[in-house]
Amino acid sequence: MYGRKVKLRFLFILLTLSALILTVFLIIKSLEENVVYFKSPSEIKLITEIENKKIRIGGMVKKNSIEMSTNAINFIITDFKNEINVTYSGVVPNLFSEEKGVVAEGVLKDRNFFHASKILAKHDENYMPPEVKASLEKE
Amino acid sequence: MIYSSIGYYALILGLSISLPIFFFSIKNFGRNEIFDSKIISFSFIQFLLVVVSFLSLIISFVFSDFSNETVFNNSHTTKPLFYKISGTWGNHEGSLLLWLLVLNLFIFIFLVKSRNLPKKYRILTVLFQQIIIIGFFIFLIDSSNPFNYVFPTPSEGLGLNPILQDPALAIHPPVLYLGYVGSSIIFSSALAATCINFISKTWATHIKKWVLISWIFLTIGILLGSIWAYYELGWGGFWFWDPVENVSLMPWLALTTLLHCVLVLEKRSTLTSWVIILSITTFILSMCGTFLVRSGILNSVHTFANDPERGLFILSFLFLLFFISLFIFFAFHKSDKPGIISFALFSKETSILINNWLMMYFLSVVLIGTLYPIFLDVISSEQISVGPPFYHKLIIPILIPFLIFMALSTQLKWIKFELNGKIYLIVFFIISLTISYFIVNNFGDNLLINIVLIGSAFYLFLVTVRDFLKKKIQNFSQNLSHFGFSLLILSILFNNIFSSEIITNLKVGETFKNEKFEIEFNNLKKFEEQNYTSYKGYFLIKEDQTKEKLEPELRVYNQPNIITSEADIKTTFLSDKFITINTVQNEEYFNVRYLVKPLMLWIWISVILISLGGTISLFKRKSL
Repeated sequence: MYGRKVKLRFLFILLTLSALILTVFLIIKSLEENVVYFKSPSEIKLITEIENKKIRIGGMVKKNSIEMSTNAINFIITDFKNEINVTYSGVVPNLFSEEKGVVAEGVLKDRNFFHASKILAKHDENYMPPEVKASLEKE
Repeated sequence: MIYSSIGYYALILGLSISLPIFFFSIKNFGRNEIFDSKIISFSFIQFLLVVVSFLSLIISFVFSDFSNETVFNNSHTTKPLFYKISGTWGNHEGSLLLWLLVLNLFIFIFLVKSRNLPKKYRILTVLFQQIIIIGFFIFLIDSSNPFNYVFPTPSEGLGLNPILQDPALAIHPPVLYLGYVGSSIIFSSALAATCINFISKTWATHIKKWVLISWIFLTIGILLGSIWAYYELGWGGFWFWDPVENVSLMPWLALTTLLHCVLVLEKRSTLTSWVIILSITTFILSMCGTFLVRSGILNSVHTFANDPERGLFILSFLFLLFFISLFIFFAFHKSDKPGIISFALFSKETSILINNWLMMYFLSVVLIGTLYPIFLDVISSEQISVGPPFYHKLIIPILIPFLIFMALSTQLKWIKFELNGKIYLIVFFIISLTISYFIVNNFGDNLLINIVLIGSAFYLFLVTVRDFLKKKIQNFSQNLSHFGFSLLILSILFNNIFSSEIITNLKVGETFKNEKFEIEFNNLKKFEEQNYTSYKGYFLIKEDQTKEKLEPELRVYNQPNIITSEADIKTTFLSDKFITINTVQNEEYFNVRYLVKPLMLWIWISVILISLGGTISLFKRKSL
């Protein structure tokens, strides 16, 4: 039948292939688990089930909606159709202010209430997170 | 005005110099003469022209010549001189001019330094490098001209983004570029060597220097960016798995693997396919980084203008280079002769090969995590982001075998396996696991993975320390880098486990208290500086018996009108105390963030040690 060399080479290729497939499978699987989806306030209203999973919400900070206390900052994110209340205890980025674009990452408590664990930093006054830009362009 | 014209025409002239270089190279290639020195002369002239172009851009910035569009967009008369100069490469056009400058500089140095190598090899390297140079010339002149006019001349510029006005970030781009562009020489010469079947020990000894140079600069460049992010962005971390950081990490991983493969090639004449493929990969990844960052696909501080045309150009150019190199690899490369490549299961070669595969695994994790969101956006317009948990989950467990093989590879012999006198390897492993068990058990979360991970980092640490004591200067550079790496992993792990953080909102005069800390916000003072107003907060931190005064700052820049937070950091060998404040409009409360970060200094020190190992190896006369 086949020589020892051919068998060895076949075994080697088989092992490499299966290792490769396993790696790709593992990467894709953990990608699915750790991906954070982006939603606008209007899309939140359409959600049927509240999951305890991290998401991002983007839009504008509503005028006169920022309230601050020792423990938290509360504000409202709006896409001019729907809005959502956000509570956040942490440091906001330098460019966080009313009537400016914002992206909050955290967990949804219900359809009107969002608990943020991170407010995304922006580096530049002209820069708008791509998600915000997209959701404002949909208007 | 005049400097813009000089700069522009120098660029055009520089591009036209490529013609005689091509002409003389091809003419010289077929003949049996010695290397035509005209090629070197013309390369030098081309380099000088790009220098002239670059200098005239710097002069335009220094004299605030706002008739130049690039200067107008990125400078301001009140900016300090240092940042006027660094503003030259703090923007899209200027930074590409810097790319071109380094491309030309390196091929000139290459020509001068490679006199003893075959003529055909040198000529082919010049030709491949010229293809890249021409691509960048056309890109600059066509779609990113740094010398566009603005008419009528504005009296004041728009200013440089204040968070870029920082010493670490002023030198970060040039250093990183030296690393990125250094890989272009590796790319060109690997292709040239493949064409004439010159992938050999001689070639490895020669290319090793270039690999080391790019690797050192890339390492330092990433370090500078990381230090900057730590104190300027105020998030108190040093790595965020942000796509922009990932695109600099990917070429680094490829380059590090390449470095090890070249060392094997030099000693044992194997792994030639690895060397060629990695040379190509490193440069393609560097270009890819430039493409992703410059095209506006990744939004970050590095994105200066969202111009799809620019992205399209780099992308097409990237594919062109990619197909040329694939063609050359498959058409000319002859794989290792069988017989030479046989080695025992537990030899140095095996352990290096295993770590190469693990490095490729890390690379593909980072690549997928960075590119997947972009693809998904294009295909389904669904927007997602991939955060640190993804990378941590996939990379941390694989670090364990990686660290162990790293420790073992230096102890094993080439080709054969010997067990004599290797008992200490097992003893050290048990010791490391025990130390790690006691540390994690007493202080941190008692997780199995933490124990094994810290244990294997300690293992590498002990093995390298033993080598310092036993072998003294033999393999010193390699040992230093590996020691630095073990220190890096240990510092990062302890930093992660033992960090503490307090976030609160305070008014001036208020005090925050918990079981461990007391934070007093005593005062806020205003200072006027050259191009910003500074608001300094005066804090007193009490922890156990110690008191620490910290003074974080808020800066309101005049042009552009942006607020930035400047962290105040007290650094000791044991830990960093880090505080930032921020204000929210119309609120009396200040956002206060206080962090205690253990061993932060050691993260920087260990990266410096890693690159120091490379530097020593570069200047060593004979490779030990």
